[in-house]
Amino acid sequence: MSSEQKHPLHPGDWQDSAPGDEPEDSPGHWIGSYLIGLSLATVLTIASFWIASAHPIWGPALPVALIVLAIAQMGVHLVFFLHVTTGPDNTNNVLALAFGVLVVGLIVLGSIWIMDHLSQNLMTMDQMPPM
Amino acid sequence: MTDVSFPASMEAIRRRRKDPDQSGHGGHGPNAPVPGTGHGESGPASKRIIVGYGFWIFLLSDIVMFACFFATFAVLRNATAGGPTIKDIVDIPRVEWETACLLLSSFTCGLSFAATNARNLFWTQVFLVVTGLLGLAFVLLELQEFVGLASRGIVPQRSGFLTAFFSLVGTHGLHVTVGGLWLATMLAQVQVKGFRQEIVHRLICFNLFWHALDIVWVGIFTIVYLLGSIA
Repeated sequence: MSSEQKHPLHPGDWQDSAPGDEPEDSPGHWIGSYLIGLSLATVLTIASFWIASAHPIWGPALPVALIVLAIAQMGVHLVFFLHVTTGPDNTNNVLALAFGVLVVGLIVLGSIWIMDHLSQNLMTMDQMPPM
Repeated sequence: MTDVSFPASMEAIRRRRKDPDQSGHGGHGPNAPVPGTGHGESGPASKRIIVGYGFWIFLLSDIVMFACFFATFAVLRNATAGGPTIKDIVDIPRVEWETACLLLSSFTCGLSFAATNARNLFWTQVFLVVTGLLGLAFVLLELQEFVGLASRGIVPQRSGFLTAFFSLVGTHGLHVTVGGLWLATMLAQVQVKGFRQEIVHRLICFNLFWHALDIVWVGIFTIVYLLGSIA
């Protein structure tokens, strides 16, 4: 195997790889992944700030566009920075993430939904009879 | 030795590249369990996988906590009690700088981890220091913002909206501060102890933490600042 030439790793690091297995990706793979992540995140960030300042689209659609861009950027961070993949070793991580997203969704959307209905059913200050 | 220094996901990615259509089904083919991941009959997961998974669970619980602050902010956004509204306190150029600092620091943090994987002490330390300085710049920008707001009488006690604003943004700033302290101790540990297994595990956890902070910041600059600026 040519792992010593390709990778500046300690010799013991690959003792458990099977015969014929190629040594793992070099640090270049990581740097490439971070570079892709940085460029995508930069593009999405600039798009967000530009949309918010220049108002290039229909006004009421602005919040939706911003939230979509934010979710897209969170996805970019998860894939290229945190390296959450669909690989077999990542099943547990992805399941935990899915549960986390479920809880976050319940908390945020549930709170907004409930509190909005609550405040709709309450009298506002100007509806209140003078005391 | 069951512990590999690269994440086992790399092995999975390599297999996917070799066999993109997953045509090689069967126990001993490319879909055989990756050693060290805790799947199939390949034995227990390596310590690295378990450490990363445990820290990932902690991060998700941290994100759930942030979700509570986000929900509070969304509900109390208009509860200004006659005080300043969100539009009055948003300072977009500052947020742009803060975002740039944090995004770049996330990137340099990743570069330091790539250097860690190559067992390169010098570049690990250099990129960790750069990450720390960018994080420090972020915290200082945010402190300056809070001090400026306070000098205009905009304090958490003023209204429900401001309480929610300062708790959400402040909790994130506190996380970055604590992450900076952690980073400082990691610099010392890497320098003194080298790339021992447990040190590398701590570096992995620190990386996850720092990237997760950036994810939370994406939520903050969108929900709080950008949506506030167009309110």
